[in-house]
Amino acid sequence: MIVSNATDKTVKKLLINGQSHDVVIRSADLLLDTLRSQLGLTGAKPGCGNGDCGACAVVVDGKPMHSCLSLTIEAVGKSITTIEGLQDSPIQKAFIENWAIQCGYCTPGFIMNCYALSETYPDADDETIEEWMQSNLCRCTGYQEIKEAVKTILQIKKDQRPAQ
Amino acid sequence: MKYYGTTVGKSEQRVDVVGKATGKVKYVGDYHVPGLLHAKLVTSTEAHAWIKSIDTTKAWEVPGVRAIVLGDAFPYHIGPILADRPPLAFKKVRYYGEPIAIIVADSEHQGKLAASLVEVEYEPLPVVNSVKQAFGPDAPIIHEDLGNYTKIISNVYPVPGTNIGSHIKIRKGDFATAWAACEETISATYSFNLSDHAAMETRSTSVEINPDGKVVVHSCTQSPYTIKKVLNQFFNIEVGDVVVHVPVVGGAFGGKGTVQLEPLAYLASKAVGGKMVKLQYEREEDMITAPCHIGVDMTIKLGATKEGEILAGQYTFLIDAGAYTDQAAGITRAMALDCTGPYHIPHVWCDSYCMYTNHPFATSFRGYGHPELTFGIERTMDKFAKQLKIDPVVLRLKNAIKPGHTSPTQSILTAHNIGDAAKCIERAKELIEWDQNKETLVDENIVRSKGISLFWKTSTTATNAQAGVVLTFEADGTLNLNCAAIELGQGTKTVLAQIVAEKLQMNINDIHVNMEVNTQYDPHQWRTVASSTTFLAGRAALLAAEDAIRQLKKTAAIALQCSEEDLEVGGSRVYIKSNPQHAIPFKDVSYGYKFPNGHAVGGQVVGVGTYIQKHLTPMDKETGFGDVGPWWSVGAQAIEVEWNKRDCTYKMLRAVTVLDGGTILNPRAAEQQMRGGMFLGLSWASTESFVFDESAITQNPNFRNYQMIRFGEQPTEYLVDFVETPAADGPYGARGIGEYGVIGAAAALGNSLSRAADVELDHLPLIPELIWQTKKESGR
Amino acid sequence: MIPFNFDYYKPSTAYEAVATYQMAADAGKEVLYYSGGTEFITFARTNQLKADVVIDLKSIPECTVLEQNGSECVIGSAVSLNELVTFNLFPLLGETVKRIADHTSRNKITIGGNVNSRLIYREGLLPFLLADAKVKIARKEKEEIVPLADLYKQEITLEPGSFVVQFIVDHAYTTLPFSTLKKTRMSQVGYPIVTVSALKKDQDIRFAFSGVCQYPFRSFEMEKILSDGTMPEQDRIEQALSKLPGPILHDSYASAGYREFVFKNTLADTLQMMEGNQ
Ligand SMILES: Cc1cc2nc3c(=O)[nH]c(=O)nc-3n(C[C@H](O)[C@H](O)[C@H](O)COP(=O)(O)OP(=O)(O)OC[C@H]3O[C@@H](n4cnc5c(N)ncnc54)[C@H](O)[C@@H]3O)c2cc1C
Ligand code: FES
Ligand code: FES
Repeated sequence: MIVSNATDKTVKKLLINGQSHDVVIRSADLLLDTLRSQLGLTGAKPGCGNGDCGACAVVVDGKPMHSCLSLTIEAVGKSITTIEGLQDSPIQKAFIENWAIQCGYCTPGFIMNCYALSETYPDADDETIEEWMQSNLCRCTGYQEIKEAVKTILQIKKDQRPAQ
Repeated sequence: MKYYGTTVGKSEQRVDVVGKATGKVKYVGDYHVPGLLHAKLVTSTEAHAWIKSIDTTKAWEVPGVRAIVLGDAFPYHIGPILADRPPLAFKKVRYYGEPIAIIVADSEHQGKLAASLVEVEYEPLPVVNSVKQAFGPDAPIIHEDLGNYTKIISNVYPVPGTNIGSHIKIRKGDFATAWAACEETISATYSFNLSDHAAMETRSTSVEINPDGKVVVHSCTQSPYTIKKVLNQFFNIEVGDVVVHVPVVGGAFGGKGTVQLEPLAYLASKAVGGKMVKLQYEREEDMITAPCHIGVDMTIKLGATKEGEILAGQYTFLIDAGAYTDQAAGITRAMALDCTGPYHIPHVWCDSYCMYTNHPFATSFRGYGHPELTFGIERTMDKFAKQLKIDPVVLRLKNAIKPGHTSPTQSILTAHNIGDAAKCIERAKELIEWDQNKETLVDENIVRSKGISLFWKTSTTATNAQAGVVLTFEADGTLNLNCAAIELGQGTKTVLAQIVAEKLQMNINDIHVNMEVNTQYDPHQWRTVASSTTFLAGRAALLAAEDAIRQLKKTAAIALQCSEEDLEVGGSRVYIKSNPQHAIPFKDVSYGYKFPNGHAVGGQVVGVGTYIQKHLTPMDKETGFGDVGPWWSVGAQAIEVEWNKRDCTYKMLRAVTVLDGGTILNPRAAEQQMRGGMFLGLSWASTESFVFDESAITQNPNFRNYQMIRFGEQPTEYLVDFVETPAADGPYGARGIGEYGVIGAAAALGNSLSRAADVELDHLPLIPELIWQTKKESGR
Repeated sequence: MIPFNFDYYKPSTAYEAVATYQMAADAGKEVLYYSGGTEFITFARTNQLKADVVIDLKSIPECTVLEQNGSECVIGSAVSLNELVTFNLFPLLGETVKRIADHTSRNKITIGGNVNSRLIYREGLLPFLLADAKVKIARKEKEEIVPLADLYKQEITLEPGSFVVQFIVDHAYTTLPFSTLKKTRMSQVGYPIVTVSALKKDQDIRFAFSGVCQYPFRSFEMEKILSDGTMPEQDRIEQALSKLPGPILHDSYASAGYREFVFKNTLADTLQMMEGNQ
């Protein structure tokens, strides 16, 4: 039984972007805060702290997760990918080339969600894209360019697959 | 005529995107420093009450608490226009969510726990829960001391003994006589509640006070120099002792233009001996503790001839400023000075009131009163067209404002200071295919319908608003662009780089744009608001580039042994006009020229440019007379909706914006702004509003309950086009465009849905329930 | 940021979980079971609840099963909403939970958390109410299987220290015709103004509702009226409305009047779908 008590902070190992990191946490600490303040991984952003905006999204064991809705301790033993683990990916390129970025605050969350989508359902239809992407709010763009970026990525994924 | 340049007019990729796409760019909340203390607020749970007592005993027992600051630490009022707001409430609270105390603690969670343990005893007062109530004769008075508040700018007119924070008048022509002569008249009333900016980045700041007295502020603000001014004006700190750092900002929409957090963080830092203290709002605080977006109740009366020539207009605006006037006092003025919309109306009577209520206080919102104003004007134009049996576009064209006319404040409009309203609406009409099926039945329940709106806005900056640009060179001949314009997502810095590159005829990639602002070494800039940056900073950038060219030429003339007049710059070289091969690269002159024998001349090139607004005047108190803005941008918007008769739900199909933005410096970036603007306007109009209970407590201060348009719910297509009537004064003929996409969106949506549902929809947000309710009430 | 501190336990058996609860409760501590944890975190962050001890149920294998076991479909309480959709053992459940919250949140929200939520919606309950589900409860010293109907009194009533381990649904129910419709104020993502789930067993249509009244419910009285083919649809809807177990909700998402309007439309749509299904 994993136990972490209230009074003392404990040292835990987190597997992030392929590397193991020691963090010192309270059991009440949220994954979002640990990533940002202990590991300097500030790509995940606080937007609402309430699971409503997706700015904090990271990928945990292949699935997009709001890191504001997870205790750090729950992530022990799981594989976490943050935007920092995704350098030079075609998704980032697609967001740039489709002009899907304005203030950029929502961008890491959108990209991580899109990354998980393209890995899980490279064939995603419009309905699936919409279902997934509705988890993220953007206040600047109006979503059209983001939609185009997501579609570009899925197309690239499709083109990359060997012909059947 | 379109201006085509080397880089101006091209869709240069934004300079900030790589950092943003990789999550590497740092916003103010991303900085973590060991030893940083955290401030947490105790906020009011009542909307209007006397504070009887504050007990901090239990809060002090929480480990890690270093200070607790109460209102008596600074029992004075501050404000950008009228100083009516105590940074921390003392004696009285005037809205739910108002800051009462600050806890400073080692860690955020300790501060938060302590904040929850502060016990405040209130004596509740009757609340003012709407502008109508506030305006009425028996309303509880929210500011007993209204007569004693200091005016920070001249155009604010509070009425002591009432809830009127300011009253702005426009009296143009002879309204009463003209009205009596009108053959057709219309009167209509519109209203909506306050709402929020909801930038994805919540407001955040950190402040430290160094032993030498320097106050160092990091903030996500649109107004770093205003922070300096506020700390100077109200806290008696030498203006030179305040240094403000601003990294890129995660969206602002006007909400980060006013100064609320920084004084609180300053008081917090002061309470712990000047240590660095961070104050970052959680979403709930960002929505209601921080300033939000105005609500309005307005009545518009128009009078015309039978043929639809509008002769007279009367406008009464009750602006819900919430508990404090802040920028709502300026919006009260802005709505008055553009009250007619882009129409030529000879006789105008306008009373614009900034009303206190017990709602969260409001500040500027993208469009500065114009999206709100335009909703009323353009809904009325549609209704009037119906009454007059004229096509709505024809009525608008008939009355559209043109050079030679005057604005409500009697500014003379010329071909140089106003865009082409008629062209905009004609183009929007084409894009939405206005003449085909304004209304179609798709099946027995689904109606498709279209709505259109026309709008204008001048940029109401301070009469001495200004900006500066400094260009320095690297040893390799590339250059650094420094300017205090803030990157909020609007792409401002990219456009400035384009202007400099164009003037210097060089590759934009050889310009390093400094994204951060530091008030100590960046030249002063008024603020990054009011769509004024491309204009003010753009002009400064042009002059800085010219200054650099002059210096480059001077040194190059020595090196190339010719006169300065023989020289031209281009491709990062200075060359002889008559023989372009004969040239010297920037790198050999930008740090001075070194002769083969080692002697040097010239010195480094530093290009400096500054620009200040000219010939603007305040408004006359009784008539509004004055020159209030440098130019008016005009535009038209349209939207097609698919509305379901049976359940009153709807989808947005095509959304159109046509703007006369003068020369469009970067088309993709401009389109981005227009789409984003339309989205913001449509989201506000269709779903956003604070909900207050009978005690004026906000019911939905979070994104779960304050709903915005999500991915997939936006219009299926945004169509954007520009009319490019060059602005005489603008850099390369450009006008400001930042706010414009938002202005006519609500009106166009209201018009299309009113047509579809065959009822007059005069309130926002346009949720299906409102349409259902309106139909029910009108018996349809 | 959660302001208070708590002990966190992650037991690997139901027995251990109950024992841990008991021990902590006996020591006078405030104890909470934790499943997806989204409600705990969001309520804790906004000072709406406090706990000294939190017991995470996600490492208990029984709570994470999702399987067809002979004639029974067994759904662990700690299964995430998205897993219910992906594995789709019980299509009505999958379709219903697919509209709860947003996709990313559904990777974390669990069915056990949803049906035991403090919020009034608990949309995940509707399919279980319709399918006469049974619930496996971990109690002090023993586990017990009880019909949901016996436990459900406007909320799942459990004595302190016990928790839901699994939901058990007879396989036969998972193949019946169904419909589930959720109506919101405006955005697709949001709490329901009304959610109507229906299941057709033999010739009878069963109905369960969320968002209409203060709690989710299934009403035999309303079902009887709504299934009465001798009456015109409009009359059935009107009469059914008069049998609501409480007043129609009136809140910041929708007025009671509008909710009634939406409710009637949704009932009509549901009837059309279910009767068209013959
Ligand atoms: C972004 C978002 C949107 C939402 N939208 C909707 C919506 O549209 N419709 C809707 O119905 N709900 C909605 N919810 C509410 C959500 O379904 C509930 O809050 C649910 O409780 C969360 O499940 P969880 O597993 O994360 O809960 P937890 O926080 O783990 O638990 C919630 C409660 O249930 C108790 N509990 C958990 N598991 C058990 C168990 N096995 N036995 C007994 N008690 C248990 C816990 O002690 C706690 O009191 C939304 C939530 C979020 C975060
Ligand atoms: S911060 Fe996590 S969803 Fe908004
Ligand atoms: S780009 Fe600013 S919120 Fe999306």
